[in-house]
Amino acid sequence: MLIINCPHCGERPELEFRYGGEAHIARPANPMSLTDTQWSEFLYFRSNPKGLHAERWRHIGCGRFFNALRNTITDKFVTTYKAGEPMPDIAKFAQNLSSGSAANG
Amino acid sequence: MRFSLLNLLQQSFAGHQGWPQQWRFPDPKPSYDAIIVGAGGHGLATAYYMAKEHGMKNIAVLEKGWLGGGNTGRNTTIIRSNYLWEESEGIYEHALKLWEGLSQELNYNVMYSPRGVMMLAHNVHDVQVFKRHVHANRLAGIDNEWLTAQQAKDFCPILNIDPNIRYPIIGAALQRRGGTARHDAVAWGYARGASNMGVDIIQNCEVTGILRGVDGAVTGLETTRGTIKTKRVGVVAAGHTSVLMGMAGVRMPLESYPLQALVSEPIKPIMPCVVMSNTIHAYMSQSDKGELVIGAGTDAYTSYSQTGGLHIAAHTLDAICELFPNVRRMKMLRNWGGIVDVTPDRSPIIGKTPVPGLFVNCGWGTGGFKATPGSGHVFAHTVATGEPHKINAGFTMERFRRGRLIDEAAAAAVAH
Repeated sequence: MLIINCPHCGERPELEFRYGGEAHIARPANPMSLTDTQWSEFLYFRSNPKGLHAERWRHIGCGRFFNALRNTITDKFVTTYKAGEPMPDIAKFAQNLSSGSAANG
Repeated sequence: MRFSLLNLLQQSFAGHQGWPQQWRFPDPKPSYDAIIVGAGGHGLATAYYMAKEHGMKNIAVLEKGWLGGGNTGRNTTIIRSNYLWEESEGIYEHALKLWEGLSQELNYNVMYSPRGVMMLAHNVHDVQVFKRHVHANRLAGIDNEWLTAQQAKDFCPILNIDPNIRYPIIGAALQRRGGTARHDAVAWGYARGASNMGVDIIQNCEVTGILRGVDGAVTGLETTRGTIKTKRVGVVAAGHTSVLMGMAGVRMPLESYPLQALVSEPIKPIMPCVVMSNTIHAYMSQSDKGELVIGAGTDAYTSYSQTGGLHIAAHTLDAICELFPNVRRMKMLRNWGGIVDVTPDRSPIIGKTPVPGLFVNCGWGTGGFKATPGSGHVFAHTVATGEPHKINAGFTMERFRRGRLIDEAAAAAVAH
């Protein structure tokens, strides 16, 4: 079971959370102006990366959504941040990840 | 070499020391007519039917690990075709018909055992959904029948039909032709058959890039064993499809999740069939070795870790202990995870991609094993001719743009 750091409440077990899928996918302001291709991209197409993934979680305890960066190879969280805050620099975290894993053997 | 009673006797007298290698271990050639990426059941079946039915012998199957070592070696081996929508009935029934003759076709015992797959109903919604499935299947000529709780217990005597349990069993849908097969043997049988026809199966060869020409069409693959030229590539990479397609700049309507299974210590035969409960999320059968093979659910989050949370497996064991009280004190021997690629409508994508020469067979999600022969058969047609077979014509990526989904997610309400 994952231990997840809610930015509002601190570390809690995974059972207190619900997963909310890929983060930073804004609902189009004017859906009627979208083509079918753009609409299907919003609805169905996901980046599904092997590595760092920006994703939404909801803490049932405080009821609030927040975002997280998690490594989908190890399932380890590298950071969590409040909803509405910009996505952290993934490249920087990825670099730390590779140098960190080298240091840890 | 064809397996027969005669050579079994000969080898018996020779102490079984003379059996030949089942498939070759070739080095990659500089170029092939077509390359399949992924030597799981679906990829090997694709190569087998491309060689056998389309005469394509100069082809290769690339595998980053060992053949059959991904989801083919990790699933719970259940076979059935009682799906709701016509497209699904078409492909899963096509597969089931191929299963019925597969051991003879491959001259390799895949241990297909039509012992019956029984799906339990615990509430009014289940009853309505399963009866709808029964009627839809029978209209399509697929066997599926409705059982009362007592009939379900007669079919599987260890089932607990006490009306006072938390989720009482009030009926079941039974597909008698459903059952199980030996998962490894399927990969091995197809690998042997394909290799004998000249297909190169190249293991420990990871694809690291997809090469494209000025017109955008595929020209070859970069691999850990060098560059290989080809004009046709079929990606059959399950959980890693998004990663591979990303190498050609194609985004996919897929997310990869860990799916877990576990087996108990082996015991004498107690279970004559497969029992599934979608509502309380458990399914179980007994292998020929005597282990109870138990399927759990997917984790909530996307992952490539090939491991899942223990609470997911524990949740399934809660359900198993209620349905089968006499297994409560058994020990579980092993549990493991595989990475399944799930589409928004829980139906596969088998067909062309926006890149000329690049084909994809993916999105089988939590239920791909049962489709192995049918999937390989129609995908071989697709890669060899450049156009989909009529059975997989509906399973395009295009359907997510048009909105013509094949919504087995809503039909079954859970992973299947």
